[in-house]
Amino acid sequence: MISNKPILEFQDLHVHFPIHAGVFLRHVGDVKAVDGVSLKVMDGETLGLVGESGCGKTTTGKAVVRLAPPTQGKIVFHPREGNPVDLVSLDRAGMRPYRAEIQMIFQDPYSSLNPRWSVGDIIAEPLTVHEPGLSHAERDDRVAWLLEKVGLTGEQAHRYPHEFSGGQRQRVGIARALATRPRLVIADEPVSALDVSIQAQVINLMQDLQEEFGLSYLFIAHDLSVVEHISHRVAVMYLGNIVEVGPVETINDAPIHPYTRALLSAVPLPDPRPGRPERIRLQGEPPSPLNKPSGCPFRTRCPHAIASCAESIPPLVEVTPGHEVACPVMLDQASRSRG
Amino acid sequence: MTEKQKPLLQVRDLRTYFNVEGQTAKAVDGVSFDIRENEVFGLVGESGSGKSVTALSVLRLIPNPPGDIVGGAIHFRGESLLDLPWAEMRKIRGNRISMIFQEPMTALNPVFTIGFQLIEGIRLHTGCSKDEAEVKAAEMLDLVGIPDGLRRLSDYPHQFSGGMRQRAMIAMALSLTPNLLIADEPTTALDVTIQSQILELMLEMRTKTDGASILLITHDLAVVAETCQRVAVMYGGKIQEISEVIPLFEDPKHPYTQGLLKSLPRPDQGKVRRLPTIPGIVPSILHMPPGCKFADRCPERFERCDREEPELREIEPGRFCRCHLHDEEGRS
Repeated sequence: MISNKPILEFQDLHVHFPIHAGVFLRHVGDVKAVDGVSLKVMDGETLGLVGESGCGKTTTGKAVVRLAPPTQGKIVFHPREGNPVDLVSLDRAGMRPYRAEIQMIFQDPYSSLNPRWSVGDIIAEPLTVHEPGLSHAERDDRVAWLLEKVGLTGEQAHRYPHEFSGGQRQRVGIARALATRPRLVIADEPVSALDVSIQAQVINLMQDLQEEFGLSYLFIAHDLSVVEHISHRVAVMYLGNIVEVGPVETINDAPIHPYTRALLSAVPLPDPRPGRPERIRLQGEPPSPLNKPSGCPFRTRCPHAIASCAESIPPLVEVTPGHEVACPVMLDQASRSRG
Repeated sequence: MTEKQKPLLQVRDLRTYFNVEGQTAKAVDGVSFDIRENEVFGLVGESGSGKSVTALSVLRLIPNPPGDIVGGAIHFRGESLLDLPWAEMRKIRGNRISMIFQEPMTALNPVFTIGFQLIEGIRLHTGCSKDEAEVKAAEMLDLVGIPDGLRRLSDYPHQFSGGMRQRAMIAMALSLTPNLLIADEPTTALDVTIQSQILELMLEMRTKTDGASILLITHDLAVVAETCQRVAVMYGGKIQEISEVIPLFEDPKHPYTQGLLKSLPRPDQGKVRRLPTIPGIVPSILHMPPGCKFADRCPERFERCDREEPELREIEPGRFCRCHLHDEEGRS
């Protein structure tokens, strides 16, 4: 069940990667991968984070588990027991107790599993770290139970990753993430590498597990139709900023930000009949996060851009409950048409 | 179905096998289809279905060993490609039939400029002077939407973004006005907004050049729906269904096609909680079932499916399906 309590809060998160150049390796600039993201993941929900390559969605996810170092801002996690804690302020040792509760699933089921380890060892590793008290027999039981939970069999624990297909490997990755009884799973493009017929199986599995264990997902993907299927809420990211966030129905039926509209309109539909509304054509390609335009990051490709868009990064403004948009131009239009 | 047109490309009973650790992998096993003049034909399937090997076979680009075209015939404008001497085949490649690949970064040579690679192909096939070729190359870049083409000729592939590289590949492929363009997953590595630009460009370029036919290879049914006129669905090295695109999506005949279409998330059609799935996994190419290749995942499977492989037969004018449900005997 989705509660109204957050499990994770990004507060003005920045992840900048410095660039050093020249003989003295002077600091010449920053890649602003994540540039002021504020976002909440509610307990028990799936928050979809979509955007094109280079928009910072993966870095946002990685920042939670410290695979990317935040340079500014907070990531507040609400653990099972105790008070909310800012993960950014913790050191390695301080972070460890929370790692069991936050797990990650990766895109590529081929490179995220160690080919020299049996699948059983891969799934058992997090248990040896987080539950060192388990006996061998208990650990084996848990591994077999996890394998069955993800639709494999306990006997397959002795096999190696190369003996599995892509979809089965992704199931192993999911079993490993579930081993520590997490509450929040960061899923970074978990089905992008899978064939269509397998993709649906893995999506269903993730939904079943969410129901059974009350998991929260931060579901990061570029495929809008997948994100819209699995998510309760969707956040759209462009060049390091969230441009729109809202309930999935609102984002799908009544998007407001020009980028969200263009993105939705570019998605091909498996329906060859004529009568699809005219495409919003975006000119050009996203600028590099190294040379971010001033003000609104989307203004260089936006069909509605006006001079004032260059001034400052527009803040997210709530339009209807839960639906926030970072575009003063469209909001202005909307309020004027309402009279 | 319109009047009978003479096909541009005719593939008959194509068999391309690979030798894998002493075993024979039948990557393409008896594939037949036609591509008409001025047509966008889709070849859709999941990984390992044999769609890319089919395309490479048409250009005779199968690495031998381990692969070999062991049977069948490929006729291009009446000429048998499999019987051509190597030198003649080279004249067709890039000139009459050209190809664009999924990963433009690996298809372009990183140590030569875009201009060098474009001009090389143009000069090789037309024998024109370097200056003429350069003008033509710059024109092509402008045509595919890379502004300031002449100056960009001296750029290296890494200076282009992913979308621009794919545009450059299209410029290269179309610079000699081929009759057939084979596009193997041309937009799979690109973002959606760039994907729609590139697909639109490919279709638009057909009218700007001399109306080439396109063989579009993809795993993405939505891309097929938006670009193709006819489509063949491949599974297990065989074509399972061929149809005009609208009937295929409205009334798919083969259980595999039906399953694929149902398993796509369709947020535009309202929310469903669970996606229907195709159970199981694609069988290994070395251990294909003896009967229907889809039998062990098929919800309609009956006894005959395991015993006997169905033929690809025309069940309605222009619609072909490889399934026992659609022949005279049916379920008997």
